[in-house]
Amino acid sequence: MNQNTATPLPPNPDPCLNVEITPELVAQHGLLPEEYEQVLEILGRVPNLTELGIFSVMWSEHCAYKNTRKLLRLFPTEKQDKDSVGQVLVKAGEENAGVIDVGEGWGVAFKIESHNHPSAIEPFEGAATGVGGIVRDIFTMGARPVLLTNSLRFGSLESAHVKRLFRGVVSGISNYGNCLGIPNMGGDVYFDDCYEGNPLVNALCAGILKHEDIHRGAATGVGNPVFYVGPGTGRDGLGGASFASRELTEESAADRPAVQKGDPFMEKLLLEACLEMMAIPGLVVGIQDMGAAGLTCSTCETASRGGLGIEIDLDLVPQRETGMNSYEIMLSESQERMLVIVKKGRENEIREVFEKWDLHAAHIGEVKEGDRMVVRHKGVVVADLPAKSLTDEAPIYDQPASEPAHIQAARDWDVNSLPELAAESVESSLGKLLAHPTIASKRWVWQQYDHMVMSGCTVEPGSDAGVVHLSIAGIDKRLAISNDCNNRFCYLDPYRGAQIAFAECMRNLACSGARALAVTDNLNFANPNKPEAYHMLKECVKGLADACTFFDVPVVGGNVSLYNEHGDGAIDPTPVISMVGLIEKADQVTRSFIADAGQSIVLIGDLPNELGGSYFLQTEFGKKEGTCPGVNLAEEKKVQDFLINAINSGHISAAHDISEGGLLVAIAEMLFENPELGADLSIDSLGESNRLDALLFGESQGRVLISVSNENLDEVLESAINDGLSVLKLGTSTDSGRLKLSVSENEILDSEVNKLHKIWSEAIPEKMKKS
Amino acid sequence: MKVAILQFPGSNCDWDAEHAVKDVLGIPSSRIWHKASLPAETEAVVVPGGFSFGDYLRCGAIARFSPIMDDLKSFASNGGQVLGICNGFQILCESGLLPGALIRNDCLEFRCINQQVAIENSNDRFNPEKCGEQLSLPIAHGEGNYRLKDGDLEKLESNGQVLLRYIGNPNGSINDIAGIRNEEGNVYGMMPHPERAVEPHHPSRDGLPILKAFLEPILTRSSVEISAS
Repeated sequence: MNQNTATPLPPNPDPCLNVEITPELVAQHGLLPEEYEQVLEILGRVPNLTELGIFSVMWSEHCAYKNTRKLLRLFPTEKQDKDSVGQVLVKAGEENAGVIDVGEGWGVAFKIESHNHPSAIEPFEGAATGVGGIVRDIFTMGARPVLLTNSLRFGSLESAHVKRLFRGVVSGISNYGNCLGIPNMGGDVYFDDCYEGNPLVNALCAGILKHEDIHRGAATGVGNPVFYVGPGTGRDGLGGASFASRELTEESAADRPAVQKGDPFMEKLLLEACLEMMAIPGLVVGIQDMGAAGLTCSTCETASRGGLGIEIDLDLVPQRETGMNSYEIMLSESQERMLVIVKKGRENEIREVFEKWDLHAAHIGEVKEGDRMVVRHKGVVVADLPAKSLTDEAPIYDQPASEPAHIQAARDWDVNSLPELAAESVESSLGKLLAHPTIASKRWVWQQYDHMVMSGCTVEPGSDAGVVHLSIAGIDKRLAISNDCNNRFCYLDPYRGAQIAFAECMRNLACSGARALAVTDNLNFANPNKPEAYHMLKECVKGLADACTFFDVPVVGGNVSLYNEHGDGAIDPTPVISMVGLIEKADQVTRSFIADAGQSIVLIGDLPNELGGSYFLQTEFGKKEGTCPGVNLAEEKKVQDFLINAINSGHISAAHDISEGGLLVAIAEMLFENPELGADLSIDSLGESNRLDALLFGESQGRVLISVSNENLDEVLESAINDGLSVLKLGTSTDSGRLKLSVSENEILDSEVNKLHKIWSEAIPEKMKKS
Repeated sequence: MKVAILQFPGSNCDWDAEHAVKDVLGIPSSRIWHKASLPAETEAVVVPGGFSFGDYLRCGAIARFSPIMDDLKSFASNGGQVLGICNGFQILCESGLLPGALIRNDCLEFRCINQQVAIENSNDRFNPEKCGEQLSLPIAHGEGNYRLKDGDLEKLESNGQVLLRYIGNPNGSINDIAGIRNEEGNVYGMMPHPERAVEPHHPSRDGLPILKAFLEPILTRSSVEISAS
């Protein structure tokens, strides 16, 4: 630190007050010169180093969404139909997580959040603390966490480095989540070269609570005491929010101190203690977790929400290292800590609860009149800032956008540039797709997650959506969860690609018998200062917002992760969509696996006819190109409404949406729970594309496969036709153990299901053995 | 309250166990905090799964020093029925109430799957209706690899103290051992989770015969009480 100041400052106990703020120091803190001018204007003076650090983290992209705030306003945040289930109780951006109504006085809090940058540097701790952070966001609301999922993206599994990242991330999630005892329902995992060096780790948590138990993160009631609960503050995770708002470089490994270390046992104690404390009527006035930007963010956000001031004394903050200065204490991202404001005079009640759990509850400050956030250290004021300037006055940018050239090329693409697929190649093409790690079984991942704890697991990972029974709340309802985002489509056509992610996510819920209620999204993008990257971000958000509005499924929260670049490459746009849905009755729970022989296998929707962007192009030609499949939201809605109605009438025994890998992969997957099964299928034409590859492996949207018993077949076909849907019986499940298909009366495939199953189930374990 | 379900810091299957015993089997039960005493009316104790004290040091190694363990030991030595599930099994081994130790799975990974097991042995006090049959029970652990010294292993086997054996060993356990009892036949430990296999939405309901066999004396008395009232 530069101690040479023009006029000597009086000796001060905190070195942060003696540092001259130079343009270099401002730049190191990620603030632009004009942003620093704004700071000077707000304060009417030069900030000290601690104050500069506070502005730096609060105005980082991670906390302030300065490049995305305008775009995020496009998302609907409440339901248009005020009579439907799933009304929004706490809206996006209001609190640590959004909350929706699920009926009978219960609500569900849920949110997804990224931990991409930390996981790239330190996969185990990065992923583990990602889980820890999102779980705190949920129980801070007063909710009992009931499920976890993750959206993970990695580079090619051929690379030893990627295997290390993959193994590290999965074991970090497993280690942390299992210890907490919250069922992890899996999620989605994609592998694509664009994530080489910049994996994505998005963690979701959902929790359940009574409406009246919703807690807010607002500091209200002048004179109310402010408590710090959880373990001591150390130097770990210093400035993590700023770290997450930069591109990853070769030097990023030197940022290791910005990666926090998690302690799931501590989090479990904190969770139980906080829920116990929040159950005491009237005790807790406000509560907020110390996540990104730690003590800084929690103090200024609670003050800002409460419209009051807050004053804290850092000498009272529990510390696990000696000699920490105010800058370090304020910016530390040590894990498993919370800020709690309780009713004055009831301090002993919070202390009793935390003593039971062998945790500290330290009284570090008070809610004050006014609007200032005042921080003291060693007897002097080290920060005195208007709280709202940190939370509400961060600069907002509208970046220049320009369409990347590859998008026009994708529109102009001609499928006839590809050779025709020969019938005798179908089996090997299918095998290649089933072996692609994005499509192959993810059992290697989810068998490391405890998905059965809390006795609620109703549909285990591996089906279209995970389903948990809410028995812990004592109610007979089931929550379904699905995550989706195919980056290939978002790269080729960001607007449509995002809508495909939305539609597929919702379709997965419908296939499970669940009606979608609300969305949480994790926008993972590259550097927004690059016009081409910003264009893709903008188009994805527009696409999503339009889909949300069309389906009346609001966004109740989420996260933005920008600067996902490494070396020369940027990630494809990856707006991960997660939706929760509700299943009221046990017999409406539907899985994607055919249970027995003699079931009719029926395609809902037209024969697939689009090959652009498909995994087939990847596995056959190594290409990410082509015209993104079309999206028709009105058709999509018809298909999903039909599905849910048919499931509710008890007419469907299994349902599976057609996505990565296309029709043939989807059929094979439906047989894989019991590889003794087979299927005899025939399709009498190539369909609109007049191409075998597009029919079998194209990824046209809005298509679903269902299995129906003979007694229900006529009724199902009839009601689909009445709903204006194309419907086609492809054939029947058999006990032959062979998957047979003829197209236009030519035999195209006759494969042993066991052999296909082996390819699919062993692809990832085999690759991971070799690391 | 008839069944005490111990709750250590880090226990996370305590609710599940209580739900199975109280809501599914209808036997009054309560969760008892590790710093409390075992209530005098306790008729059986479940030591549930989880990560007591974060599994730090070794699974169960810290929990065995919890205040309630003295009560548990005297309860067991007086012939009281004790069932340790998963982390509970590890705690019972660490505290010497059951022989042997549970170490890291040989695959070095956590395993959460539905596991086929066979109920091998019965005795006067634990006589499950499905004895001799295969069951499907959830397992979820990283340290379920049961180990025992050679001489002790033979004794365990010849005494018929092996209650459950894996069919397709998921963790490297010696002799495929999934669950055992003590010599006296009143303390049981198992890695599979019977409490997660009791409801229609569970992958199986094969946990019921195990829990019923364990709680048989209470169930019998309860039905007598009900018919008498």
